[in-house]
Amino acid sequence: MKHRTFLWFILPSLAAMLLFIALPILSVFTQSLFVKHDKVLIEAEVCGPFGCKTEVSVDVEATTELQKQKPLGKFNGLKTYTNRNHLAINEVRSAWNESSSISIFLSSLLNLPFYKALLFTITYTFCVTPFVIVLGLFIAIAVNSLPPVLKGPTIFMSLLPMIVTPLVGALILFWMTDAEGIIGSTLQIIFNDSDLSLKASKTLTWIMLMVYGVWASLPFSFIVFYAGLQTVPEDTLEAAMIDGANRWERIRYVIVPYIMPLVVFITLILLMDNFRVFEPIIGFSAQANATSLSWIIYNDLRGGEIQYFSSASATSMLTIIGVGILLVPVLIRTWRDFNAKST
Amino acid sequence: MFQFKSMVASAAILIGSATVSYAGCGISGGNVSILANDFPALHAVVSAAESCAGDGVTISKNHTKEHNSLQVPGLTANPAEYSVVVLANSSLVPLMGEGLVRPLDDLVAKHGGSLQKHQLVTIDGKIMAIAFMANAQHLFYRSDILDKVGLKAPTTYEEVLDAAKAIRSAGLMEYPFAFNTAPGWNLGEEFVNMYMGTGADFFKPGTAEVSINNEHGIATLNMIKALTEYSNPDFLTFNSDATQALWEAGDLALANFWGTRAGPIMDAEGSTEEITSNTVVASAPFLGNGPRPSSTLWWDGFSIASNVSDADAEASFIAMMNGISREMVTANNDLTVWLIDGYKPSAASAGVTATAANGAAPYPMLPFMGTLHGAAGAELSEFLQGSETVEQALADIEAAYTAAAKEKGFLD
Repeated sequence: MKHRTFLWFILPSLAAMLLFIALPILSVFTQSLFVKHDKVLIEAEVCGPFGCKTEVSVDVEATTELQKQKPLGKFNGLKTYTNRNHLAINEVRSAWNESSSISIFLSSLLNLPFYKALLFTITYTFCVTPFVIVLGLFIAIAVNSLPPVLKGPTIFMSLLPMIVTPLVGALILFWMTDAEGIIGSTLQIIFNDSDLSLKASKTLTWIMLMVYGVWASLPFSFIVFYAGLQTVPEDTLEAAMIDGANRWERIRYVIVPYIMPLVVFITLILLMDNFRVFEPIIGFSAQANATSLSWIIYNDLRGGEIQYFSSASATSMLTIIGVGILLVPVLIRTWRDFNAKST
Repeated sequence: MFQFKSMVASAAILIGSATVSYAGCGISGGNVSILANDFPALHAVVSAAESCAGDGVTISKNHTKEHNSLQVPGLTANPAEYSVVVLANSSLVPLMGEGLVRPLDDLVAKHGGSLQKHQLVTIDGKIMAIAFMANAQHLFYRSDILDKVGLKAPTTYEEVLDAAKAIRSAGLMEYPFAFNTAPGWNLGEEFVNMYMGTGADFFKPGTAEVSINNEHGIATLNMIKALTEYSNPDFLTFNSDATQALWEAGDLALANFWGTRAGPIMDAEGSTEEITSNTVVASAPFLGNGPRPSSTLWWDGFSIASNVSDADAEASFIAMMNGISREMVTANNDLTVWLIDGYKPSAASAGVTATAANGAAPYPMLPFMGTLHGAAGAELSEFLQGSETVEQALADIEAAYTAAAKEKGFLD
């Protein structure tokens, strides 16, 4: 395709990307650089149904005047990124200087909300992604070798976790794992421990969230691999069989290399998805034991009565940077393959 | 508390002349749009206000649990998306801080004849909201279970611990106590309530500088931790719905719930006769020798948006006055604790009334209180799980608050 034709071809999607993705990201970035104006505080008498009290309150007129002069707020530079609720540069530095051993440093690092969330987010991403890819491939191969009559219903059943709304799926599992629920109470009987609670233990909560994560995104990798398997050439497989390759060797040396581009594609999508893990934390009410970067953004905007737009913007930008860092190795690999093919 | 008590006392004495009746509500025209939380007492108010629709008056409503996140964007638009916002102590202050709600003095003078003085919420002499119902967290207990261990109703949290211990050692229940301890707003509220019981201030006087890392903070956290040890191990997922279900299932003997849960718990639905008939509500307990019960008094009321025309504001005010009329209270007496003339206290409301009568303080109407509330709710779970010291937990709350308050412009 000529470069000119190509440009016209992608122009509509390029324009949409600019308008709906690049510009909002730019606006979020701008917002993360500003904080609210200093409020003008005065003491005023506050009266209500339960009596009167002199309390500090905001001088609305003076504050509104400031707001009018500079509607974006007070320029704060990157200080929102480096404050205690985000990268916490000062806190990390002093923890490093004061800690006598690495384990003490790590425990004070993980006491900070951002790093606590980052640890769970990364652990989740790197545990769930490989499981989903490997299990998805094996389910696809298994389904592919079923007799045609059974294929349809099996595929439908395997897709169910993806059809169920993530939040509903999470809630159903949450209730089942309750101490009074079927899974929770069965586990208590098996281990003969009436205090055993999947929701109270940090380790068990993490495992529960990851099992849920694998369950929920398995259908995606399964269906993509299944589609890929339909295109594996029969001739090559037959040739391998004649050469004496057993089932495992055919998978290892024929099927996997053939669908490798699909593996790269699924890895990319899953890394991005899993790094933004959010619904299971809400569904399982797991915020006491597991928080993610997306959950921090949600908590800033919807956690209480006050919304922290600058904090949420800063965490959003950090999430985007995180996704970027994760994708670099995969993208470099794709670029190399592309160059290797074109030469 | 005098006003509150006099309100309760005057409930029995009916003052007929105070009610102004609006024929067709007397609105000449305008658009009324109401944003409110989603629970039965507010449905009653908003439905009564809706009866003013017609003759050039349009009334729309939005009942949603997400009302808090809609308030600021909904009122910032000009003209505002909502002309009336139904709110509580804590949510009025952020809206006022942004100048999004208007003073109501002229409207009250013109149309507020039926209001009682304690319903007027004034800040710096200006009426900013009209309160119509009260709420507070207070003690619930099962009289039959306490009888079995031979104890009377606890009045302090130390007695709550003793009672819980006695119930556990008698083999009646392993986890007899519960309160709303899910991290976030719920856990933050438990922290605020318990700390209120010490009588200490959350901030250095006259400033937005937090000061909770002291002996009061330590006593507060240690008591919350001690209580969670008698709470089901899943306590870090407990919100009002979860704890109400535990109570109705008969798994609890002592609890600290919202007053608005008393009606639903004591009704015939969702539980057995044995449980409902033995459920008693009482004042929130004291913390040791603290000067007031460990609870905060809340009011729900309404404010009118700044960014609407004066005509719409007047129509909205008249419609809401119709919503909180005496007739509405008579028809919906038992839904909550109404602050409106004509309300008759019920068995379910005794807890809120007793808490107020014992001298509980209102939730602080400070512009930065919500920020501290959020910081406490987010930073306490490690301490309650036993992986952090009490001093570290308090230091974490202060640090999280300070960073967030700087972003909001309360601290330099």
